[in-house]
Amino acid sequence: MDILSFGNTGWGDELFYATLMTIAVSITAMLIGFLFSAIFTPLKLSNNKFLNLIANSYTTVVRGVPELLVIYLFFFGGSGAIMYVASIFGYFEYIEINAFITGSVAIGIISGAYSTEVFRGAIQSIDKGQFEACKVLGFKKYIYFLKVIMPQMLRLAIPNLSNVWQITLKDTSLISVTGLVEIMRQSYIAAGSTRDPLLFYSVAALIYLMLTFLSMKLINKLEVRYSRGF
Amino acid sequence: MDFTIMVASLPKLLSAAVVTLKLLSLSLFFGMFIGLFFAILRLNKNPLISKFAYGYSYVFRGTPLLVQIFIIYFGLGQIEYFRTTFLWVIFKEPYWCAIIAFALNTGAYTSEILRSAFQTIKPGIIEAGKSLGISSKIIFYKIQIPVAIRQSLPAYGNEIILMMKGTSLASTVTLMDITGVAKYIISTTFKPIEVFIVAGSIYLFMTFLIHNLIKYLEKKYSFQ
Repeated sequence: MDILSFGNTGWGDELFYATLMTIAVSITAMLIGFLFSAIFTPLKLSNNKFLNLIANSYTTVVRGVPELLVIYLFFFGGSGAIMYVASIFGYFEYIEINAFITGSVAIGIISGAYSTEVFRGAIQSIDKGQFEACKVLGFKKYIYFLKVIMPQMLRLAIPNLSNVWQITLKDTSLISVTGLVEIMRQSYIAAGSTRDPLLFYSVAALIYLMLTFLSMKLINKLEVRYSRGF
Repeated sequence: MDFTIMVASLPKLLSAAVVTLKLLSLSLFFGMFIGLFFAILRLNKNPLISKFAYGYSYVFRGTPLLVQIFIIYFGLGQIEYFRTTFLWVIFKEPYWCAIIAFALNTGAYTSEILRSAFQTIKPGIIEAGKSLGISSKIIFYKIQIPVAIRQSLPAYGNEIILMMKGTSLASTVTLMDITGVAKYIISTTFKPIEVFIVAGSIYLFMTFLIHNLIKYLEKKYSFQ
């Protein structure tokens, strides 16, 4: 067990920081995903055919293409795209984007496609009478969304969002190909230098299992909280 | 946009699609048996057996597929004894390691899908079989399994698409599937967007085909 101890002789502390990195990337990606779904869910629900088409092609393409391919696109194409935009504004130096940002954005876009579908489903399964009642009562649009639709939507969305969280958490393991030192990358480094891949990948699997287990416990509590009164 | 690279990479990516389809079909084939096996264990009355089946699906659904592939491909080869057994002939090949990891992974998801299908079978169907004097073994194989498979078709269709995306991870253990070839072309030509469009279209086309196949099967085997 010396090999897994904290300090200079073991890999314990490295793996601990890598776990924190995985959590940080997952949360950032999830939030970026929410941002994307805040944009695309209204487009999906709008009556405009063109806006529907945009939102549908986003969710279909992202959910139909492997996550790894999306990550490669961002990893190899990310700084090129930014440099191209910068060159329009007259900046020609080399720009390198941080692996954390590239990874979070790539995973965030994937996560966003899944959560868009979840929010769309949740809003659509709210009783139509609720929307009509709000209109009849003459509520302002943002108030009726925040006070009436949102709480009901969250209650319906949380169980499915927990699935999206699990997918996002597991997808972050793919960012290891870009060199960001999260659990998978750290295990790869440790396995390479100690020649003990079985131990380190098993430890990585255990850490992921622990993360999914703990987050499920937490989400179940949220679920109970948001289902009060039902 | 560089169309010459897109045209030049298309045949390479299409021949890599054959590798992807092979990986997908073999892992789904083995995964189906694993899934059915563990779904049946889950329904066992012995709590120890059903807990074991639950643990299997929990572990494989709770960890990333990438870790599973790495444990099987890099990890198992480390055991000295393992390398002397006949199994080493299979496990030294990245191709079979990937298929074993995919099959175990999809087996875990399939077992959950089938379990819930078994549990939602209307008891009336089984009772009808019993009252006709059919033995419980035949009821299980000839009534429960076909009905469960029909009921799990929509969920299984999603699982096939997820698995198709999962096969892209085979590129991390040196296999040249669509993603592996795409990465190779990107790193030699530095044209990520063009290659992504071509490779992504192939994947989307495959998703489209699977989606429609499942829809067709659902319609064909729907209860009137």
